[in-house]
Amino acid sequence: MSTGAFGLPRRGLWALPPLAVLSAAFFYPLLLVGWQSLHAQADAGPWSTQNFSRLLGSTLFRNALTHTLEIALAATAGCLLLGFVLALVFAFVPFPGAKILARLIDTYIALPTFLLTLAFTFIYGSAGLLNGVALRHLGFSEGPVHFLYTIWGVILAEVTAFTPFVLRPLLAAFSQLDVAMLEVAASLGASPWRMVRSIVWPAALPALLAGGSMCLLLTVNEFGIVLFIGAKGVVTLPLLVYDKAIQEGDYVMACTIAVLNIAISLALYGLYSGMVDRLGRPDADLVR
Amino acid sequence: MLIWSAKGRVAALLVCAALVGVFYLLPLWVIVAASVAGQWNGLLPEQLTGQHYLNAMSGQLGRQVGVSLVTGLIASAAALMVGTWSALSVRSLARWPRKLSHAVFFVPGAVPSVSVGLGLLVAFSRPPLLLNGTVAIVVLAHFILVFAYTFANISAGVQGLPVDMEQVAHSLGASPAFCLRHVTLPLLMPQMVTAFSLSLALSMGELGATAMVYPPGWTTMPVGIFSLSDRGDVFDGSALSIILVAVTLVALLAVSAASSKRS
Repeated sequence: MSTGAFGLPRRGLWALPPLAVLSAAFFYPLLLVGWQSLHAQADAGPWSTQNFSRLLGSTLFRNALTHTLEIALAATAGCLLLGFVLALVFAFVPFPGAKILARLIDTYIALPTFLLTLAFTFIYGSAGLLNGVALRHLGFSEGPVHFLYTIWGVILAEVTAFTPFVLRPLLAAFSQLDVAMLEVAASLGASPWRMVRSIVWPAALPALLAGGSMCLLLTVNEFGIVLFIGAKGVVTLPLLVYDKAIQEGDYVMACTIAVLNIAISLALYGLYSGMVDRLGRPDADLVR
Repeated sequence: MLIWSAKGRVAALLVCAALVGVFYLLPLWVIVAASVAGQWNGLLPEQLTGQHYLNAMSGQLGRQVGVSLVTGLIASAAALMVGTWSALSVRSLARWPRKLSHAVFFVPGAVPSVSVGLGLLVAFSRPPLLLNGTVAIVVLAHFILVFAYTFANISAGVQGLPVDMEQVAHSLGASPAFCLRHVTLPLLMPQMVTAFSLSLALSMGELGATAMVYPPGWTTMPVGIFSLSDRGDVFDGSALSIILVAVTLVALLAVSAASSKRS
């Protein structure tokens, strides 16, 4: 292999054209967003941190930040729990059709997330299935199910949407587990609870950490689910960026919020790649 | 086998069935049911009708299917090309430059899609390049968002490439271009097909960046579904959603059929 300037192998120079494309289409716009967030007026004026101090003082922003973090943490916890339970049953309590169900859940990765919110309005919405049945058949005078238009509605939809990102690496990890270990443990009288704790849990941990940090990133970035719920009281950072820019035309504040949102996302992405680096990639396809 | 008692197994399977049913089967079923419902007040939809599909397929709404497909195909093809190029070009780098390039190529997948859209609006509403209000800015947004996933898929494939085959071809006097065309790319074909299919699916369902940048006249299906459901036409919205899922599945099947015929 020949060596070019800077001691880089000349073949490495082939990386420059795609880097140039990405710089023009992605990093340059990102830099401009950052530049704008540090200027109080659109396209002009002196550098200032005024936008950030204005933002940190606004209740709207603080609420959006709190909601984003609450939703991300609760939804990730939900994904880990649901993913772990489903993976346990799929892998260790086999039944006919388990493969098909696992694949069905997996295809949710390729479906748009907002479909879930749309579906949930038919199930849990104010005129939805549950409230309809309660009104018509159970003698309620008003619909008893309200949670859809709170952060719990968003959390439920995100748990559904992102559990596949936990389930996939878990099933990959479990398929490498020696089943004979479980059989020996069971024949020696270990309870299922004990086997989960001392055999399954250690095998699951890397997949849970990697899948969980992926879920944190995806839930912080989620937009469609929150937009479709359309509840006034449920605003997250991506939705606030959209509202400021598109509804109010305030690009300066939109850029400022975006900078903070991107900073959180990049930190979570760092967490995820750190996990994958340290623990070994639990499944090469996780990022798909 | 984790649970040996018959009772325990039944209990575990019931819990699993309930979870999968409530979280994954019920949502799909209600959208299908709503797309053919004339009215829905109780447990089951009533007055079944195909009208919502007719509405969704006619006029402005029908155009959205084409808009989404064209956007998705162009963005995914571009991402496939640039992504394959990137994944192949970084593999000969030393450890740290390679890690750094990987991180750089992954970053677009980690940034919230709304912010990607905002960046494009800010950057391309001013000279030197005015793209705001054009179709190109929508395609560009989709390209950026699917690029990271394409890169991730293909570089996973590149890491698993058998090095010796290329070396054999090289030692037999094949030029680098010949090696690429006849050895490396065919070996990567499975990952390229997977990557292209996934980007197409993601692009067809993309909402955040599109909502920021789309010009009037280039409404994608997700944006259309949102405006329908926002103004309360949830049944038409469901029909368009089913069409979205169906078109995506058909496109994916076509991709996999075309690729298996070639090999």
